[in-house]
Amino acid sequence: MSTASSRPVIVCTGISKQYEIGELRARYRTLRESLTSGTRTSLRRAKERITRAEREKVDNTIWALRDVTFDVNKGDVVGIVGRNGGGKSTLLKVLSRITDPTEGRAVVRGRVGSLLEVGTGFHPELTGRENVFLNGAVLGMRKSEIERVFDEIVDFAEVSAFIDTPVKHYSSGMYLRLAFAVAAFLNPEILLVDEVLAVGDAAFQAKCLGRMSEVAASGRTVLFVSHDMGAVNRITQRCVFLDHGRLIEYGPTDRVVAQYLDSVTGEAQLKQADQAWAVRLESIELLREDGVGGNSLPFAAPVAIRTRWHCQKDVGAVSFLMRIQASDGAIVGTSASVDQDLVLSPAEGDRFELLWSSDGLPLVPGTYRVSLVAKGRLWHNLASYERVMTVDVTNINAPQRYRKRRTNDGNVLLTGSWRQSDGSSAP
Amino acid sequence: MTPFWKSRKAAKAAAADAVAAAALRLDADDADVRAVAPPEPVEIVIQPAKGWVPLRLGELWEYRELVYFLTWRDVKVRYKQTVFGASWAIMQPFFTMVVFSIFFGRLGKMSQGLRLPYPLVSYAALVPWTLFATGITQASNSLVASQQLVKKVYFPRLAIPLGTVMAGLVDFVLAFAVLVVMQVFYYTRGQANLPTIHVIWLPLFVVLAFLTAVGVGLWLAALNVEYRDVRYTVPFLVQLWLFATPIIYTSNKVPEGPWQLVWALNPMVGVVNGFRWALLGGPDFPHPGPVTSVSVFACLAILVGGLFYFRRLERRFADLV
Repeated sequence: MSTASSRPVIVCTGISKQYEIGELRARYRTLRESLTSGTRTSLRRAKERITRAEREKVDNTIWALRDVTFDVNKGDVVGIVGRNGGGKSTLLKVLSRITDPTEGRAVVRGRVGSLLEVGTGFHPELTGRENVFLNGAVLGMRKSEIERVFDEIVDFAEVSAFIDTPVKHYSSGMYLRLAFAVAAFLNPEILLVDEVLAVGDAAFQAKCLGRMSEVAASGRTVLFVSHDMGAVNRITQRCVFLDHGRLIEYGPTDRVVAQYLDSVTGEAQLKQADQAWAVRLESIELLREDGVGGNSLPFAAPVAIRTRWHCQKDVGAVSFLMRIQASDGAIVGTSASVDQDLVLSPAEGDRFELLWSSDGLPLVPGTYRVSLVAKGRLWHNLASYERVMTVDVTNINAPQRYRKRRTNDGNVLLTGSWRQSDGSSAP
Repeated sequence: MTPFWKSRKAAKAAAADAVAAAALRLDADDADVRAVAPPEPVEIVIQPAKGWVPLRLGELWEYRELVYFLTWRDVKVRYKQTVFGASWAIMQPFFTMVVFSIFFGRLGKMSQGLRLPYPLVSYAALVPWTLFATGITQASNSLVASQQLVKKVYFPRLAIPLGTVMAGLVDFVLAFAVLVVMQVFYYTRGQANLPTIHVIWLPLFVVLAFLTAVGVGLWLAALNVEYRDVRYTVPFLVQLWLFATPIIYTSNKVPEGPWQLVWALNPMVGVVNGFRWALLGGPDFPHPGPVTSVSVFACLAILVGGLFYFRRLERRFADLV
């Protein structure tokens, strides 16, 4: 048994999925098209036909997944990140057996529940109660199983007063809550979740994420697709980064998410300098008080960022924004030169240097990214360098509790003072 | 006046309690499940399937509850927001019978040579025919209509057309009840017999009609995913098939001999002849003989072929639908 449980529960070996673009675009063809294309090709000489077919194959197909290989161990919570069209959803579809891979092989050990959409199979004419059973059955629950958790589903969804009303009369919020509630009580060993949490209001999303964390904490294996790097960071330990169907990286979440964010715009942009910005950033460096180079920074240490710019066009007035983002993509804060009345008017061809400095940023240890934007007189972008530099805030000098890896503290250590006050209600 | 933070604190505490309580319930639930059902080691291998694939009917059996729920959904939804509701199930074959009796029975002289009343004869054929015709019509569109399911959840796709045809069985039972009433009515007027012992064969013919509908439905459903022409072809097909089946007329209108057997390759011929023999009997409807065997054989051929064809196309459904 121990050998069985130590084996990975998901083994993907060279998974590839090819779509004909025709399939994606036209979706289905008519019989006439099939017949005519059939006769047309049969009239050609065989050799010609082969080359033509090959050429068409090259032209009209895309690989939604290409040679994706990775293992997932039991109890792992794995995020899948990547741009749209990266192959994330296709990967989940292959693993949940909705569509076959074109090549490769995957072995999945355990009962799989996939949640690619909430409310699949909901029928508007049926009542909430009926839909719970139908949806549960569709998601692979047994009737007895649904009966056992039925009351809890209704409680979780907060729709008990309307449970015998057809769901077509539900508000969209109620509909979503009920749909998610059924899914939340799905009890598989392996759970595949697509971007279903991106629906509903903030409270609902928080509730869904909470439930996801619980599922993750209960030792089940979860694969989780999301664009919300915050959610990925909170829930997952490891991440798969897919781009154009290929697996770019698979490893600890912090590292993979950082790499993904870098690739989205990233440090490479500065070197490429492909944008014909009116004001071009030529270099950026982080300066520490102790003169040590590199991108790491002790907690709350004085810091400066030096940038060198080249004005390529006569632009009139220029001011600058420096923005800091956390590793999950959340913006921590922005510093605008215009707030300190620093507005430059460089002439075309001018080079100049800017220094931004701080006596100490209250950033919680972690990885941050710096973006720089040059704004014109009408607050339009003269240049925008997203996440152009990484800063690693280390836990040197940080409060003891930051030595532990994960905290729930957000990104900024708040200022303010604590004291014990005398009265009971005075602020 | 309470300070602003106090009320919030109270609300927050209440919310936290609720969350904690929910978490406890969830944990308790998880523990429950593990106690009840120890996880059996399931290993699923996912790889490209080439050509013909095994039917995996065992898996369909594991999903029998889903088939049941899909059937039940179709039954529930079919006559929602209609004035006449489930009586449509009776009205369709009944009024068809009325129309047939007027146009074919009276004007077309189809009742000539029949000892039994034409309405009873045609209705006895229309009852299984309606099961078949609605079955294939609904089944052919079932996958396309359930594309949300097909694209987002895994389960044996056979469950969808199967559930659709099974939903027709409810209509069938209602229409059949009317048939019983009609036969009793004509019996009291001395125009018809009560069923003989042959009636025990009736379930066979119901199953035959059902399986034929499933078989044809599978072909059409799978074809319809790739070729939407099917949608326009089905009503036409049903119409032609109606004329190729002894519903308006009786099978003694077809010349005796080998042609009867070729004709019985249409399984609905076997169904209708069998139905009339088992229920009505008498000199009008003698034992159908080898016709039944031929129809059973044809039905199984369509069904097995349909199953394999369906399974072969199944893996492309999610990409195509």
